[in-house]
Amino acid sequence: MVETRHVSVKDGDVLLLVGTMKGAFLFRSNAQRKRWEMAGPYFAGQAVYALAYDGRAGRRRLWAGTGSEHWGPTLSSSDDFGRTWDTPEKTRVRFPEETGAAVKRIWQVRPGRADEPGTLYCGVEPAALFVTRDDGASWSLDRGLYDHPHRPRWLPGGGGLCLHTIVPDPGRRDRMFVAISTAGVYRTDDGGATWRPRNTGVRAEYQPDKYPEFGQCVHKIVQHPARPERLFLQNHWGLYRSDDAGDSWHDIANGVPSDFGFAMEIHPHDPETVYILPIESDAFRCTPEGKLRVYRTRDAGRSWEALTKGLPQKNALETVLRAAMSADPMNPAGIYFGTRNGQLWASANGGASWTAAAQGLPAIVCVKAYRVGEPKGARGGTSAARASTRPRAAKRTRVRGAASAARRRGTKPKARAMKAKKR
Amino acid sequence: MVRFRIPGFLRTFTAGQAEVAIERAPSTVGDALAALCALHPGVRDRVTDETGKVRPHVNIFVGVENIRWTGGLATPVPEGAEITIVPAVSGG
Repeated sequence: MVETRHVSVKDGDVLLLVGTMKGAFLFRSNAQRKRWEMAGPYFAGQAVYALAYDGRAGRRRLWAGTGSEHWGPTLSSSDDFGRTWDTPEKTRVRFPEETGAAVKRIWQVRPGRADEPGTLYCGVEPAALFVTRDDGASWSLDRGLYDHPHRPRWLPGGGGLCLHTIVPDPGRRDRMFVAISTAGVYRTDDGGATWRPRNTGVRAEYQPDKYPEFGQCVHKIVQHPARPERLFLQNHWGLYRSDDAGDSWHDIANGVPSDFGFAMEIHPHDPETVYILPIESDAFRCTPEGKLRVYRTRDAGRSWEALTKGLPQKNALETVLRAAMSADPMNPAGIYFGTRNGQLWASANGGASWTAAAQGLPAIVCVKAYRVGEPKGARGGTSAARASTRPRAAKRTRVRGAASAARRRGTKPKARAMKAKKR
Repeated sequence: MVRFRIPGFLRTFTAGQAEVAIERAPSTVGDALAALCALHPGVRDRVTDETGKVRPHVNIFVGVENIRWTGGLATPVPEGAEITIVPAVSGG
């Protein structure tokens, strides 16, 4: 029986939630982010594609979308940083009976805006969006998207027909973006009642019509709250920016070794700065030339530079998936990513240098970074929302394991600076 | 009466019991499963999905016969039968 370790987490700590194919792990550090303590595995043996921390309205809550190959997907939460998880008898996220559909996998859990602290969103396979307005007690299917006339012609990508990315617009309450593989980007401007494809300019390499209205295999989209009209998109071939909330997209693959990739993250304080991790091709989904390189633009995609200091530049055939890169809100920003080979890499200086926070984990599919404590603006909710309680119909289950935390020091491979490869 | 044998994962939802007896004799596996889920509601969503189908990597045996080959949830259950829920061999 695997032993689950726990860590004590304090306000001000930086938290990494790491989902793998065989369980979830939690890493904590102080603001310096030099050493990481590891906790877990939670849900040992289950694939954990979706993790989130919700610090709104005074909460300290973790959410985990887990999937057992045998027993199906479950959405669980913890209010004590993983020591106990609730185990709902009736799964929370479920399709209405009349749809005849069943949730195969939970791909993303996304807390809503700071001023709506009872709202969370959940993206699943088969592609659908669920929302709760009562802090997870009850979830409902977004029928506007589920009943979209395009739906019968959406096709599954390699990971299934999944809604993997949810971006609530910070400025416009009724606007939200979702990304679906393989359907593309859809946007609602009326709170989910209707959705329009927003894929103009995004190439569908694998179709006879290279620029269809929908059907693109978008791998990730990111948006900066300070500039919500601008989005960046990592496609299944193609790197794009939109300056008009997705109405049109423009190629920004300027000087990257490959415009194929999955992961993408935006800098927490600079809307011009974006990170990606190029992958050689859809046939050989590994880092080009065996070099593990994060690419960063600081001018909204006009140019990209390779970030390599501390990352292996030889025989590093790695794959980084769409949910496996994240930024913390600190200054300087921490950037993190995990690989299919179980390496967790961390930079406490915006990507200038990297250290391995962990190696030898199961295949990593999800990395999410947070600062623990009240986020700015989170007190904007109503008193009723603040008073919200744990999700109902859930039984708390003690996770067995030693209470003492084990400190795990990361190794520090030889640093080697690399210049950006220009194409 | 029939008796369910419960695998380790599901015992979270059966108060730790490895065996659960259904006193009222059910006629089919579906009836027996419904009776089990009435006693232990958390079992339902793990054994079946929202549509009521047994999950593809879960096997249910009546005696030594897998119900996939004997009529699924409509498989008759003789008095005194032992019904075993087993996670299939899968994954990596």
